[in-house]
Amino acid sequence: MNIIVCIKQVPETTEVRINPETNTLIREGVKAIINPFDMYAIEESVRLKERFGGKITVISMGPPQADAALKEAISLGVDEGILLCDRAFAGSDTWATSYTLSGAIKLIGDYDLIICGKQASDGDTAQVGPGISAHLNIPQVTYVKKIEEVKDKTMRVERLMEEGFEIIETPLPAVLTVVKEINEPRLPSLKGMMRAKSAKITVWTQKELNLDPQNIGLCGSPTQVVKIFTPPQRSGGQILAGEVPEIAQKLVELLRSEIN
Amino acid sequence: MDYLLTEEQKMVKDLARKIAEEKIRPVAAKYDQSEEYPWEVINVIAEAGLFGLFIPEEYGGMANSVMNLCLATEELSRACGGIAVCYAASALGTFPIVLFGNEEQKRKYLPDLASGKKVAAFAVTEPEAGSDASAIKTTAKKEGDYYVLNGLKHFITNGGDAETYVVIAMTDKTKGARGASAFILEKGMPGFTFGKKEEKFGIRASSTRELIFTDCKVPKANLIAKEGMGFIATMRTFDMSRPGVAAQALGIAQGALDLAVKYAKERQQFGKSISSFQGIQWMIADMATEIEAARGLVYSTARMVDAGITGVSKESAMAKMYASDVAMKVSVDALQIFGGYGYMRDYPIEKYVRDAKITQIYEGTNQIQRNIIALQVIKEAAK
Repeated sequence: MNIIVCIKQVPETTEVRINPETNTLIREGVKAIINPFDMYAIEESVRLKERFGGKITVISMGPPQADAALKEAISLGVDEGILLCDRAFAGSDTWATSYTLSGAIKLIGDYDLIICGKQASDGDTAQVGPGISAHLNIPQVTYVKKIEEVKDKTMRVERLMEEGFEIIETPLPAVLTVVKEINEPRLPSLKGMMRAKSAKITVWTQKELNLDPQNIGLCGSPTQVVKIFTPPQRSGGQILAGEVPEIAQKLVELLRSEIN
Repeated sequence: MDYLLTEEQKMVKDLARKIAEEKIRPVAAKYDQSEEYPWEVINVIAEAGLFGLFIPEEYGGMANSVMNLCLATEELSRACGGIAVCYAASALGTFPIVLFGNEEQKRKYLPDLASGKKVAAFAVTEPEAGSDASAIKTTAKKEGDYYVLNGLKHFITNGGDAETYVVIAMTDKTKGARGASAFILEKGMPGFTFGKKEEKFGIRASSTRELIFTDCKVPKANLIAKEGMGFIATMRTFDMSRPGVAAQALGIAQGALDLAVKYAKERQQFGKSISSFQGIQWMIADMATEIEAARGLVYSTARMVDAGITGVSKESAMAKMYASDVAMKVSVDALQIFGGYGYMRDYPIEKYVRDAKITQIYEGTNQIQRNIIALQVIKEAAK
């Protein structure tokens, strides 16, 4: 079973700070890690490989330093890492990102399964996995919490819902996005770390991918970030006291005056 | 402080720290309380490949060096000295095979120890033979293709949980220390059973147990080196393993200091963090300095062993003695910084005091280490 895992390098923090002038993430001084949800995707791919054999390729789109994330994935048992790195890809939204990743996946060609984390801890969109499936025109199952059964051309999985779970059988190849309930990621091994150290990360640019220039990077991104801001904290409020008819009357008056 | 570690050494240290923080620290108190063998953590250490650090590559090991073993043991001990000793004691039980085993013995036993599928133990101590190892009473009598062992070992770390044991027994009582021999035993051999499991003051995650030999038939192929080599094998093993005990002590000391500094910054008295008081600051300064001095000694000794320098008994003894004395002092001072809270089991610091104490006692009491050091210093002066 050949598996492609898509990962993202994110800042190691749950409190993302944003530069109000450029509307971009402040990355300085924050350690970069593999998006925590992607760790579950990597682990699941390694478990599938241990059961069924095959090859795992991990891909990421990002700046040159994102090769550290790919090397870490190799230390965890992934076979090969490919970094999609080109200035032309900069400023991609989820649409352009999933388009670019799907271009790389087409170039890799031979795959049975694509696994992504359910969402990235910085952007929190949960759109890239489904976007890849749309661009490749293959099925997607999101929020997978368990792979129940793997057959030659199909797979049965459990999908986490707000109340309980769904069992879905999907033809392969397919895109799965996984939730943290699916497994407990392992730590790297010394052997893996040594392999990662000497591993060579393949870098693909627009030249290798040859994608439609209109669909990549900032100009290929339909999302226009107009403004990013931290919402002001709610202040005080007012508590009305008295008999119900009386305070109801007062409330209506206050609301009217707010509108005016 | 920059310890001038190689890329490989940094990797070992980082990996061991990750295991310590993510897999050991959360369960340290649980195993301290239950005194159960921490298999879940041992399996993680095994999967990470750290059991390979004391075994040559051709037998399934990796990055085989005493320095790497010390770095791993130090980092694991920062989170729990008890769990770390389960790991380090396997190295202790493996060294005699690595150092003196023949090719067949190495091929048979080392790969499973390198992968961590099995852990090892080393059995010298007996009720009447502690510091005086020459007083060993366990006998091994040659009968045909076997040696028949009779006797009792006690205080054996990993006893009962290890699969592979190196046992020192007397093949010729009349020769004293030169009549001791080393044998490889496997758990389950007829006549090899386990006795009392000790309840301990510290390092409670590790198992410490009696080994009982009742007409235990050990194939003669399991004799290490030759008859009479038991005492030399033991001394050489301790030369290799003492830096590891020193590293365990170092890790306990560092772990205690880390907790004390964190606590001192958080704890408010008289309207300020107690870390702003000079009384506390001076304690922290002394603790940190003594730890660095111990670390220097431990790393230098480990590097000497790895460089193939023989005759490191003095340095090994110095590292073990000094680091363990530092661990005892630092952990007691760290508890002092915690004040009344430090005395309570709800806080992790009292465990460091309990775990530190054993490092002054086992693998040769610190008094025995001083004997070794003094003898060597005097001998050198006579040259």
